[in-house]
Amino acid sequence: MARSIAPRRKAINTLLAWSIGFLIFFPILWTILTSFKTEATAIANPPVFIGFDWTLENYQAVMERSNYGRFLWNSIVIAGGSTILGILIAIPAAWSMAFVPSKRTKDILLWMLSTKMLPAVGVLYPIYLLFIRMGLLDTKIGLMIVLMLINLPIIVWMLYTYFKEIPGEILEAARMDGATLREEVIYILTPMAIPGIASTLLLNVILAWNEAFWTLNLTAAKAAPLTAFIASYSSPEGLFYAKLSAASTMAIAPILILGWFSQKQLVSGLTFGAVK
Amino acid sequence: MATQQSRSAARLMMAPAVVLLLGWMLVPLTMTLYFSFKKYLPLRGGDLGWVGFENYARFLTSSAFWPSVQTTLVIVGGVLAITVVLGIFLAILLNQPMWGQGMVRILVIAPFFVMPTVSALVWKNMFMDPNYGLLAHLWKLFGATPVEWLSQASLPSIIMIVSWQWLPFATLILLTAIQSLDSEQLEAAEMDGAPAHKRFAYITLPHLGRAITVVILIQTIFLLSIFAEIFVTTGGAFGTKTLSYLIFQRVLESQNVGLGSAGGVYAIILANIVAYFLVRIVGKNLDA
Repeated sequence: MARSIAPRRKAINTLLAWSIGFLIFFPILWTILTSFKTEATAIANPPVFIGFDWTLENYQAVMERSNYGRFLWNSIVIAGGSTILGILIAIPAAWSMAFVPSKRTKDILLWMLSTKMLPAVGVLYPIYLLFIRMGLLDTKIGLMIVLMLINLPIIVWMLYTYFKEIPGEILEAARMDGATLREEVIYILTPMAIPGIASTLLLNVILAWNEAFWTLNLTAAKAAPLTAFIASYSSPEGLFYAKLSAASTMAIAPILILGWFSQKQLVSGLTFGAVK
Repeated sequence: MATQQSRSAARLMMAPAVVLLLGWMLVPLTMTLYFSFKKYLPLRGGDLGWVGFENYARFLTSSAFWPSVQTTLVIVGGVLAITVVLGIFLAILLNQPMWGQGMVRILVIAPFFVMPTVSALVWKNMFMDPNYGLLAHLWKLFGATPVEWLSQASLPSIIMIVSWQWLPFATLILLTAIQSLDSEQLEAAEMDGAPAHKRFAYITLPHLGRAITVVILIQTIFLLSIFAEIFVTTGGAFGTKTLSYLIFQRVLESQNVGLGSAGGVYAIILANIVAYFLVRIVGKNLDA
Protein backbone atom coordinates (compact mmCIF):
# COMPACT_ATOMS: atom_id res chain seq x y z
CA MET A 1 0.00 0.00 0.00
CA ALA A 2 1.38 3.34 -0.99
CA ARG A 3 1.21 5.24 2.22
CA SER A 4 2.40 8.66 1.23
CA ILE A 5 2.90 11.05 4.07
CA ALA A 6 1.00 14.20 3.44
CA PRO A 7 3.55 16.85 2.48
CA ARG A 8 1.64 19.31 4.59
CA ARG A 9 2.24 17.21 7.70
CA LYS A 10 5.90 16.89 6.83
CA ALA A 11 6.14 20.65 6.45
CA ILE A 12 4.51 21.22 9.85
CA ASN A 13 6.83 18.68 11.48
CA THR A 14 9.82 20.36 9.92
CA LEU A 15 8.77 23.81 10.99
CA LEU A 16 7.97 22.75 14.55
CA ALA A 17 11.14 20.71 14.98
CA TRP A 18 13.37 23.42 13.58
CA SER A 19 11.79 26.08 15.79
CA ILE A 20 12.27 24.00 18.92
CA GLY A 21 15.78 23.02 17.85
CA PHE A 22 16.62 26.67 17.32
CA LEU A 23 15.17 27.62 20.71
CA ILE A 24 17.20 24.95 22.49
CA PHE A 25 20.37 25.88 20.65
CA PHE A 26 19.77 29.61 21.05
CA PRO A 27 21.74 30.18 24.30
CA ILE A 28 24.81 28.70 22.62
CA LEU A 29 24.24 30.73 19.46
CA TRP A 30 23.74 33.88 21.52
CA THR A 31 27.00 33.23 23.38
CA ILE A 32 28.88 32.79 20.12
CA LEU A 33 27.33 35.95 18.62
CA THR A 34 28.03 38.00 21.74
CA SER A 35 31.67 36.92 21.71
CA PHE A 36 32.12 38.92 18.50
CA LYS A 37 30.54 42.12 19.85
CA THR A 38 32.10 45.01 21.70
CA GLU A 39 31.23 45.17 25.38
CA ALA A 40 28.95 48.13 24.65
CA THR A 41 27.04 46.28 21.92
CA ALA A 42 26.81 43.19 24.13
CA ILE A 43 24.58 44.98 26.61
CA ALA A 44 22.83 47.25 24.11
CA ASN A 45 19.14 47.85 24.60
CA PRO A 46 17.37 46.62 22.52
CA PRO A 47 19.72 43.68 21.93
CA VAL A 48 21.46 43.45 18.57
CA PHE A 49 21.35 40.09 16.83
CA ILE A 50 23.39 40.07 13.65
CA GLY A 51 23.80 43.64 12.46
CA PHE A 52 26.81 44.76 14.46
CA ASP A 53 30.47 45.36 13.70
CA TRP A 54 32.09 41.99 14.23
CA THR A 55 35.27 42.13 16.23
CA LEU A 56 37.87 39.70 17.51
CA GLU A 57 39.05 41.96 20.31
CA ASN A 58 37.40 39.85 23.04
CA TYR A 59 39.31 36.77 21.99
CA GLN A 60 42.52 38.78 22.03
CA ALA A 61 41.71 40.25 25.42
CA VAL A 62 40.90 36.88 26.95
CA MET A 63 44.07 35.32 25.61
CA GLU A 64 46.27 38.16 26.78
CA ARG A 65 44.78 38.90 30.14
CA SER A 66 43.97 35.56 31.58
CA ASN A 67 46.57 33.09 30.54
CA TYR A 68 43.89 31.22 28.68
CA GLY A 69 46.51 29.00 27.10
CA ARG A 70 47.50 27.52 30.43
CA PHE A 71 43.93 26.61 31.35
CA LEU A 72 43.39 25.11 27.92
CA TRP A 73 46.56 23.09 28.24
CA ASN A 74 45.50 21.88 31.70
CA SER A 75 42.13 20.79 30.32
CA ILE A 76 43.75 18.94 27.45
CA VAL A 77 46.28 17.19 29.67
CA ILE A 78 43.75 16.28 32.35
CA ALA A 79 40.97 15.11 30.03
CA GLY A 80 43.33 13.37 27.62
CA GLY A 81 45.56 11.89 30.29
CA SER A 82 42.76 10.54 32.43
CA THR A 83 41.11 8.96 29.39
CA ILE A 84 44.26 7.30 28.10
CA LEU A 85 45.16 6.07 31.57
CA GLY A 86 41.64 4.72 32.02
CA ILE A 87 41.66 2.98 28.65
CA LEU A 88 45.01 1.32 29.32
CA ILE A 89 43.68 -0.09 32.58
CA ALA A 90 40.26 -0.95 31.20
CA ILE A 91 41.27 -2.76 28.00
CA PRO A 92 42.71 -5.86 29.69
CA ALA A 93 39.82 -5.97 32.15
CA ALA A 94 37.10 -5.60 29.52
CA TRP A 95 38.96 -8.03 27.30
CA SER A 96 39.06 -10.81 29.83
CA MET A 97 35.44 -10.21 30.85
CA ALA A 98 34.29 -10.44 27.25
CA PHE A 99 36.38 -13.40 26.14
CA VAL A 100 36.89 -15.42 29.32
CA PRO A 101 33.66 -14.75 31.17
CA SER A 102 33.15 -16.45 34.49
CA LYS A 103 30.22 -16.72 36.83
CA ARG A 104 31.31 -13.58 38.59
CA THR A 105 31.79 -11.37 35.51
CA LYS A 106 28.30 -9.95 35.72
CA ASP A 107 28.62 -9.19 39.42
CA ILE A 108 31.94 -7.43 38.90
CA LEU A 109 30.50 -5.31 36.09
CA LEU A 110 27.52 -4.30 38.19
CA TRP A 111 29.72 -3.57 41.17
CA MET A 112 31.90 -1.32 39.00
CA LEU A 113 28.77 0.49 37.87
CA SER A 114 27.74 1.04 41.48
CA THR A 115 31.06 2.72 42.37
CA LYS A 116 30.18 5.34 39.75
CA MET A 117 27.21 6.28 41.89
CA LEU A 118 29.13 7.19 44.98
CA PRO A 119 28.23 10.84 45.53
CA ALA A 120 31.40 12.89 45.20
CA VAL A 121 30.52 15.20 48.05
CA GLY A 122 30.37 12.22 50.42
CA VAL A 123 34.07 11.59 49.99
CA LEU A 124 35.20 15.16 49.34
CA TYR A 125 37.13 15.65 52.57
CA PRO A 126 38.97 12.32 52.55
CA ILE A 127 40.12 12.91 48.99
CA TYR A 128 41.03 16.50 49.82
CA LEU A 129 43.05 15.33 52.82
CA LEU A 130 44.77 12.53 50.91
CA PHE A 131 45.60 15.01 48.18
CA ILE A 132 47.23 17.38 50.66
CA ARG A 133 49.19 14.57 52.31
CA MET A 134 50.42 13.21 49.02
CA GLY A 135 51.16 16.63 47.55
CA LEU A 136 48.60 16.10 44.81
CA LEU A 137 46.44 19.12 45.52
CA ASP A 138 46.39 21.48 42.54
CA THR A 139 48.39 19.14 40.33
CA LYS A 140 47.43 17.83 36.94
CA ILE A 141 48.43 14.30 37.80
CA GLY A 142 46.16 14.27 40.84
CA LEU A 143 43.13 15.34 38.83
CA MET A 144 44.02 12.88 36.10
CA ILE A 145 43.90 10.06 38.63
CA VAL A 146 40.59 11.15 40.15
CA LEU A 147 38.88 11.66 36.79
CA MET A 148 40.28 8.36 35.56
CA LEU A 149 38.76 6.62 38.58
CA ILE A 150 35.34 8.20 38.27
CA ASN A 151 35.16 7.36 34.55
CA LEU A 152 36.78 3.92 34.73
CA PRO A 153 33.44 2.09 35.19
CA ILE A 154 32.04 3.73 32.06
CA ILE A 155 35.18 2.91 30.09
CA VAL A 156 35.16 -0.74 31.17
CA TRP A 157 31.47 -1.04 30.36
CA MET A 158 31.71 0.51 26.93
CA LEU A 159 34.74 -1.56 25.95
CA TYR A 160 33.10 -4.72 27.29
CA THR A 161 30.02 -4.05 25.16
CA TYR A 162 32.15 -3.56 22.04
CA PHE A 163 34.41 -6.54 22.67
CA LYS A 164 31.41 -8.79 23.18
CA GLU A 165 30.26 -8.02 19.67
CA ILE A 166 33.42 -9.48 18.16
CA PRO A 167 32.36 -12.95 17.00
CA GLY A 168 34.23 -15.82 18.63
CA GLU A 169 34.28 -17.84 15.39
CA ILE A 170 36.82 -15.51 13.88
CA LEU A 171 39.18 -16.21 16.74
CA GLU A 172 38.66 -19.95 16.45
CA ALA A 173 39.32 -19.82 12.71
CA ALA A 174 42.53 -17.91 13.32
CA ARG A 175 43.62 -20.46 15.90
CA MET A 176 42.91 -23.29 13.50
CA ASP A 177 45.17 -21.59 11.01
CA GLY A 178 47.89 -21.63 13.63
CA ALA A 179 47.85 -18.05 14.91
CA THR A 180 49.49 -17.60 18.27
CA LEU A 181 47.78 -15.62 21.02
CA ARG A 182 50.04 -12.68 20.27
CA GLU A 183 49.21 -12.73 16.55
CA GLU A 184 45.56 -13.14 17.40
CA VAL A 185 45.62 -10.03 19.53
CA ILE A 186 47.64 -7.88 17.15
CA TYR A 187 46.21 -8.86 13.77
CA ILE A 188 42.61 -9.79 14.53
CA LEU A 189 41.28 -8.44 17.80
CA THR A 190 42.91 -5.03 17.83
CA PRO A 191 41.81 -3.94 14.35
CA MET A 192 38.27 -5.10 15.09
CA ALA A 193 38.21 -3.32 18.42
CA ILE A 194 39.57 0.01 17.23
CA PRO A 195 36.20 1.63 16.41
CA GLY A 196 34.93 0.69 19.87
CA ILE A 197 38.05 1.98 21.57
CA ALA A 198 37.86 5.21 19.57
CA SER A 199 34.29 5.98 20.57
CA THR A 200 35.03 5.13 24.20
CA LEU A 201 37.93 7.55 24.04
CA LEU A 202 35.74 10.27 22.59
CA LEU A 203 32.93 10.02 25.13
CA ASN A 204 35.32 9.96 28.05
CA VAL A 205 37.30 12.95 26.87
CA ILE A 206 33.98 14.82 26.79
CA LEU A 207 32.99 13.68 30.27
CA ALA A 208 36.38 14.53 31.73
CA TRP A 209 36.53 17.89 29.96
CA ASN A 210 33.21 18.98 31.46
CA GLU A 211 33.67 17.52 34.94
CA ALA A 212 33.02 20.35 37.37
CA PHE A 213 33.12 19.07 40.93
CA TRP A 214 36.59 17.72 41.44
CA THR A 215 38.15 20.16 38.99
CA LEU A 216 36.72 23.07 41.01
CA ASN A 217 37.51 21.68 44.44
CA LEU A 218 40.95 20.17 43.95
CA THR A 219 42.67 22.90 41.96
CA ALA A 220 43.74 26.45 42.58
CA ALA A 221 46.09 28.47 40.42
CA LYS A 222 48.41 25.90 38.91
CA ALA A 223 46.37 22.98 37.61
CA ALA A 224 43.00 24.64 37.08
CA PRO A 225 41.35 23.60 33.79
CA LEU A 226 38.80 25.52 31.75
CA THR A 227 35.88 24.69 34.07
CA ALA A 228 37.60 26.65 36.83
CA PHE A 229 38.70 29.37 34.43
CA ILE A 230 35.08 30.02 33.48
CA ALA A 231 33.93 29.87 37.09
CA SER A 232 36.38 32.69 37.85
CA TYR A 233 34.20 34.93 35.67
CA SER A 234 31.32 34.63 38.13
CA SER A 235 32.49 37.57 40.21
CA PRO A 236 30.05 40.43 39.63
CA GLU A 237 32.34 43.00 38.06
CA GLY A 238 29.94 44.48 35.56
CA LEU A 239 30.52 44.87 31.89
CA PHE A 240 32.20 41.73 30.73
CA TYR A 241 29.58 39.85 28.68
CA ALA A 242 31.53 39.85 25.46
CA LYS A 243 34.69 38.58 27.13
CA LEU A 244 32.75 35.98 29.08
CA SER A 245 31.22 34.87 25.78
CA ALA A 246 34.57 34.66 24.05
CA ALA A 247 36.02 32.61 26.90
CA SER A 248 32.95 30.37 26.95
CA THR A 249 32.99 29.85 23.21
CA MET A 250 36.62 28.79 23.34
CA ALA A 251 35.94 26.45 26.25
CA ILE A 252 33.01 24.64 24.64
CA ALA A 253 33.83 24.72 20.93
CA PRO A 254 36.24 21.77 20.81
CA ILE A 255 33.94 19.53 22.83
CA LEU A 256 30.82 20.58 20.93
CA ILE A 257 32.47 19.40 17.74
CA LEU A 258 33.69 16.14 19.28
CA GLY A 259 30.28 15.65 20.83
CA TRP A 260 28.44 15.83 17.55
CA PHE A 261 30.53 12.92 16.33
CA SER A 262 29.77 10.81 19.37
CA GLN A 263 25.97 11.02 19.45
CA LYS A 264 25.47 7.31 18.89
CA GLN A 265 27.98 6.12 21.46
CA LEU A 266 26.54 8.54 23.97
CA VAL A 267 23.39 6.50 24.42
CA SER A 268 24.95 3.10 24.94
CA GLY A 269 27.81 4.57 26.94
CA LEU A 270 25.72 6.56 29.37
CA THR A 271 22.99 4.00 29.90
CA PHE A 272 25.42 1.10 30.32
CA GLY A 273 23.74 -0.71 27.46
CA ALA A 274 20.30 -0.59 29.07
CA VAL A 275 18.90 1.33 26.09
CA LYS A 276 19.92 0.29 22.61
CA MET B 1 37.89 -22.58 25.22
CA ALA B 2 38.55 -21.16 28.62
CA THR B 3 41.25 -23.23 30.22
CA GLN B 4 42.50 -23.05 33.75
CA GLN B 5 45.46 -21.09 32.46
CA SER B 6 43.40 -18.53 30.58
CA ARG B 7 41.21 -18.11 33.64
CA SER B 8 44.09 -17.07 35.82
CA ALA B 9 45.38 -14.85 33.02
CA ALA B 10 41.94 -13.27 32.87
CA ARG B 11 41.92 -12.67 36.58
CA LEU B 12 45.31 -11.02 36.31
CA MET B 13 44.10 -8.77 33.51
CA MET B 14 41.12 -7.69 35.54
CA ALA B 15 43.14 -7.06 38.69
CA PRO B 16 44.32 -3.47 38.09
CA ALA B 17 40.84 -2.14 37.36
CA VAL B 18 39.25 -4.03 40.23
CA VAL B 19 41.92 -3.13 42.76
CA LEU B 20 41.88 0.55 41.81
CA LEU B 21 38.13 0.85 42.00
CA LEU B 22 38.04 -1.08 45.26
CA GLY B 23 40.58 1.30 46.72
CA TRP B 24 38.77 4.32 45.32
CA MET B 25 35.61 3.10 47.00
CA LEU B 26 36.86 1.76 50.30
CA VAL B 27 39.57 4.19 51.35
CA PRO B 28 37.59 7.46 51.22
CA LEU B 29 34.45 5.72 52.44
CA THR B 30 36.22 4.38 55.50
CA MET B 31 37.69 7.80 56.17
CA THR B 32 34.29 9.49 55.84
CA LEU B 33 32.80 6.97 58.26
CA TYR B 34 35.72 7.50 60.65
CA PHE B 35 35.41 11.31 60.60
CA SER B 36 31.66 11.14 60.97
CA PHE B 37 32.06 9.78 64.50
CA LYS B 38 34.56 12.47 65.51
CA LYS B 39 34.45 16.08 66.43
CA TYR B 40 36.96 17.24 63.87
CA LEU B 41 37.60 20.91 63.11
CA PRO B 42 40.85 21.22 61.13
CA LEU B 43 41.13 24.99 61.65
CA ARG B 44 39.82 25.15 65.21
CA GLY B 45 41.65 22.57 67.28
CA GLY B 46 41.74 19.62 64.86
CA ASP B 47 40.72 16.23 66.17
CA LEU B 48 38.70 16.72 69.36
CA GLY B 49 37.86 13.07 69.98
CA TRP B 50 35.06 10.60 69.47
CA VAL B 51 31.50 11.77 69.74
CA GLY B 52 29.49 8.72 68.75
CA PHE B 53 26.40 9.52 66.74
CA GLU B 54 26.32 13.17 67.75
CA ASN B 55 27.23 14.42 64.25
CA TYR B 56 24.50 12.32 62.70
CA ALA B 57 21.94 13.69 65.14
CA ARG B 58 23.18 17.26 64.76
CA PHE B 59 23.13 17.10 61.00
CA LEU B 60 19.52 15.90 61.02
CA THR B 61 18.38 18.47 63.56
CA SER B 62 20.24 21.46 62.16
CA SER B 63 17.92 24.14 60.80
CA ALA B 64 19.49 23.86 57.35
CA PHE B 65 18.87 20.13 56.92
CA TRP B 66 15.18 19.82 56.07
CA PRO B 67 15.14 22.87 53.77
CA SER B 68 18.09 21.36 51.94
CA VAL B 69 16.29 18.04 51.52
CA GLN B 70 13.26 19.90 50.27
CA THR B 71 15.36 21.94 47.83
CA THR B 72 17.05 18.78 46.56
CA LEU B 73 13.70 17.07 45.99
CA VAL B 74 12.23 20.12 44.25
CA ILE B 75 15.21 20.46 41.93
CA VAL B 76 15.48 16.75 41.12
CA GLY B 77 11.70 16.37 40.75
CA GLY B 78 11.31 19.53 38.69
CA VAL B 79 14.14 18.69 36.31
CA LEU B 80 12.93 15.10 35.93
CA ALA B 81 9.38 16.18 35.17
CA ILE B 82 10.47 18.76 32.60
CA THR B 83 13.09 16.65 30.87
CA VAL B 84 11.00 13.47 30.72
CA VAL B 85 7.80 15.14 29.47
CA LEU B 86 9.55 17.39 26.96
CA GLY B 87 11.94 14.55 26.10
CA ILE B 88 9.07 12.24 25.13
CA PHE B 89 7.47 15.00 23.08
CA LEU B 90 10.74 15.84 21.32
CA ALA B 91 11.61 12.20 20.71
CA ILE B 92 8.24 11.62 19.04
CA LEU B 93 8.60 14.79 17.02
CA LEU B 94 12.14 14.01 15.89
CA ASN B 95 11.04 10.55 14.86
CA GLN B 96 8.55 12.00 12.34
CA PRO B 97 9.50 12.43 8.72
CA MET B 98 10.88 15.92 8.12
CA TRP B 99 13.52 17.84 6.25
CA GLY B 100 16.91 18.27 7.87
CA GLN B 101 16.37 15.76 10.67
CA GLY B 102 20.07 15.24 11.31
CA MET B 103 20.66 18.96 11.68
CA VAL B 104 17.79 19.40 14.16
CA ARG B 105 19.17 16.49 16.20
CA ILE B 106 22.52 18.24 16.37
CA LEU B 107 20.89 21.47 17.57
CA VAL B 108 18.88 19.66 20.24
CA ILE B 109 21.80 17.64 21.58
CA ALA B 110 24.25 20.55 21.78
CA PRO B 111 23.53 21.75 25.36
CA PHE B 112 24.65 18.41 26.78
CA PHE B 113 28.20 19.13 25.67
CA VAL B 114 28.40 22.55 27.28
CA MET B 115 30.41 22.44 30.49
CA PRO B 116 28.27 23.13 33.57
CA THR B 117 30.17 26.24 34.59
CA VAL B 118 29.65 27.77 31.16
CA SER B 119 25.94 27.08 30.99
CA ALA B 120 25.41 28.34 34.53
CA LEU B 121 27.29 31.57 33.85
CA VAL B 122 25.77 32.21 30.45
CA TRP B 123 22.26 31.75 31.82
CA LYS B 124 22.98 33.77 34.92
CA ASN B 125 24.43 36.78 33.13
CA MET B 126 23.23 36.89 29.58
CA PHE B 127 19.69 35.64 30.11
CA MET B 128 18.68 36.06 33.74
CA ASP B 129 20.43 39.28 34.65
CA PRO B 130 17.71 41.74 35.71
CA ASN B 131 19.35 44.67 33.91
CA TYR B 132 21.10 43.40 30.81
CA GLY B 133 19.79 39.86 30.42
CA LEU B 134 17.86 38.88 27.35
CA LEU B 135 14.87 37.83 29.43
CA ALA B 136 14.81 41.26 31.04
CA HIS B 137 14.69 42.84 27.56
CA LEU B 138 11.88 40.50 26.64
CA TRP B 139 9.92 41.42 29.77
CA LYS B 140 10.42 45.14 29.11
CA LEU B 141 9.25 44.66 25.55
CA PHE B 142 5.88 43.61 26.92
CA GLY B 143 5.91 46.37 29.51
CA ALA B 144 6.52 44.04 32.43
CA THR B 145 9.03 44.60 35.23
CA PRO B 146 12.07 42.34 34.73
CA VAL B 147 12.32 39.48 37.19
CA GLU B 148 15.38 39.11 39.36
CA TRP B 149 15.52 35.49 38.42
CA LEU B 150 18.21 34.10 40.66
CA SER B 151 17.05 35.83 43.83
CA GLN B 152 13.28 36.12 43.44
CA ALA B 153 12.69 32.90 41.53
CA SER B 154 15.90 31.11 42.39
CA LEU B 155 14.64 27.52 42.38
CA PRO B 156 12.69 27.72 39.10
CA SER B 157 15.72 29.42 37.53
CA ILE B 158 18.10 26.66 38.58
CA ILE B 159 15.59 24.02 37.51
CA MET B 160 15.44 25.72 34.14
CA ILE B 161 19.22 25.86 33.71
CA VAL B 162 19.67 22.24 34.70
CA SER B 163 16.73 21.09 32.58
CA TRP B 164 18.28 22.79 29.59
CA GLN B 165 21.44 20.78 30.17
CA TRP B 166 19.68 17.44 30.64
CA LEU B 167 16.86 17.66 28.10
CA PRO B 168 19.22 16.54 25.31
CA PHE B 169 20.17 13.43 27.29
CA ALA B 170 16.53 12.44 27.88
CA THR B 171 15.59 13.20 24.28
CA LEU B 172 18.48 11.24 22.83
CA ILE B 173 17.78 8.14 24.89
CA LEU B 174 14.04 8.24 24.33
CA LEU B 175 14.59 8.82 20.61
CA THR B 176 16.85 5.77 20.46
CA ALA B 177 14.16 3.74 22.21
CA ILE B 178 11.36 5.02 20.01
CA GLN B 179 13.26 4.14 16.87
CA SER B 180 13.15 0.48 17.86
CA LEU B 181 9.35 0.60 17.97
CA ASP B 182 7.77 -1.53 15.28
CA SER B 183 6.12 1.01 12.99
CA GLU B 184 3.80 -1.63 11.51
CA GLN B 185 2.08 -1.94 14.84
CA LEU B 186 1.36 1.77 14.86
CA GLU B 187 0.18 1.72 11.26
CA ALA B 188 -2.13 -1.21 11.95
CA ALA B 189 -3.62 0.63 14.90
CA GLU B 190 -4.04 3.72 12.76
CA MET B 191 -5.85 1.75 10.07
CA ASP B 192 -8.11 0.22 12.69
CA GLY B 193 -9.10 3.77 13.52
CA ALA B 194 -7.26 4.24 16.83
CA PRO B 195 -6.90 7.99 17.43
CA ALA B 196 -3.46 9.50 17.98
CA HIS B 197 -3.71 9.86 21.75
CA LYS B 198 -4.76 6.22 22.14
CA ARG B 199 -1.93 5.04 19.91
CA PHE B 200 0.41 7.04 22.14
CA ALA B 201 -1.07 5.75 25.40
CA TYR B 202 -1.36 2.07 24.44
CA ILE B 203 1.58 1.50 22.11
CA THR B 204 4.26 4.20 22.28
CA LEU B 205 4.27 4.90 26.01
CA PRO B 206 4.44 1.23 27.14
CA HIS B 207 7.25 0.70 24.65
CA LEU B 208 9.15 3.63 26.17
CA GLY B 209 8.57 2.51 29.77
CA ARG B 210 11.96 0.97 30.25
CA ALA B 211 13.86 3.84 28.63
CA ILE B 212 11.95 6.33 30.80
CA THR B 213 12.92 4.39 33.90
CA VAL B 214 16.57 4.41 32.86
CA VAL B 215 16.47 8.14 32.15
CA ILE B 216 14.90 8.82 35.55
CA LEU B 217 17.40 6.69 37.45
CA ILE B 218 20.54 7.95 35.72
CA GLN B 219 19.45 11.59 35.89
CA THR B 220 18.53 11.23 39.55
CA ILE B 221 22.01 10.04 40.36
CA PHE B 222 23.59 12.96 38.55
CA LEU B 223 21.05 15.51 39.75
CA LEU B 224 21.41 14.57 43.40
CA SER B 225 24.97 15.85 43.19
CA ILE B 226 24.71 18.91 40.93
CA PHE B 227 27.27 21.36 42.12
CA ALA B 228 28.66 23.82 39.58
CA GLU B 229 25.21 25.13 38.64
CA ILE B 230 24.63 26.26 42.23
CA PHE B 231 28.22 27.17 42.98
CA VAL B 232 28.38 29.74 40.16
CA THR B 233 24.84 31.10 40.23
CA THR B 234 23.69 31.60 43.82
CA GLY B 235 26.40 29.99 45.91
CA GLY B 236 23.66 28.28 47.88
CA ALA B 237 21.84 31.50 48.77
CA PHE B 238 18.14 32.26 48.20
CA GLY B 239 16.97 28.81 49.20
CA THR B 240 19.02 26.91 46.65
CA LYS B 241 21.11 24.93 49.09
CA THR B 242 20.79 21.27 48.16
CA LEU B 243 21.88 18.44 50.41
CA SER B 244 25.16 18.05 48.54
CA TYR B 245 25.80 21.76 48.64
CA LEU B 246 25.11 21.84 52.37
CA ILE B 247 27.64 19.06 52.90
CA PHE B 248 30.14 20.89 50.71
CA GLN B 249 29.73 24.02 52.84
CA ARG B 250 30.08 22.12 56.11
CA VAL B 251 33.23 20.38 54.97
CA LEU B 252 35.13 23.00 52.97
CA GLU B 253 33.67 26.37 53.90
CA SER B 254 33.04 26.01 57.63
CA GLN B 255 35.60 23.20 57.94
CA ASN B 256 33.43 21.12 60.25
CA VAL B 257 34.58 17.81 58.89
CA GLY B 258 32.82 15.58 61.41
CA LEU B 259 29.44 17.12 60.74
CA GLY B 260 29.97 17.22 56.98
CA SER B 261 31.07 13.59 56.95
CA ALA B 262 27.90 12.51 58.74
CA GLY B 263 25.98 14.39 56.04
CA GLY B 264 28.12 12.65 53.44
CA VAL B 265 27.10 9.27 54.83
CA TYR B 266 23.46 10.26 54.48
CA ALA B 267 24.07 11.32 50.87
CA ILE B 268 25.80 8.02 50.14
CA ILE B 269 22.88 6.06 51.58
CA LEU B 270 20.42 8.10 49.53
CA ALA B 271 22.37 7.59 46.31
CA ASN B 272 22.65 3.87 47.00
CA ILE B 273 18.90 3.49 47.24
CA VAL B 274 18.55 4.93 43.73
CA ALA B 275 21.55 3.01 42.47
CA TYR B 276 20.07 -0.27 43.68
CA PHE B 277 17.15 0.04 41.28
CA LEU B 278 19.32 1.14 38.39
CA VAL B 279 21.75 -1.74 38.87
CA ARG B 280 18.86 -4.19 38.89
CA ILE B 281 17.51 -2.89 35.59
CA VAL B 282 20.91 -2.90 33.94
CA GLY B 283 21.67 -6.35 35.37
CA LYS B 284 18.48 -7.81 33.97
CA ASN B 285 19.49 -6.60 30.54
CA LEU B 286 22.95 -8.10 30.83
CA ASP B 287 21.90 -11.73 30.27
CA ALA B 288 19.48 -10.93 27.47
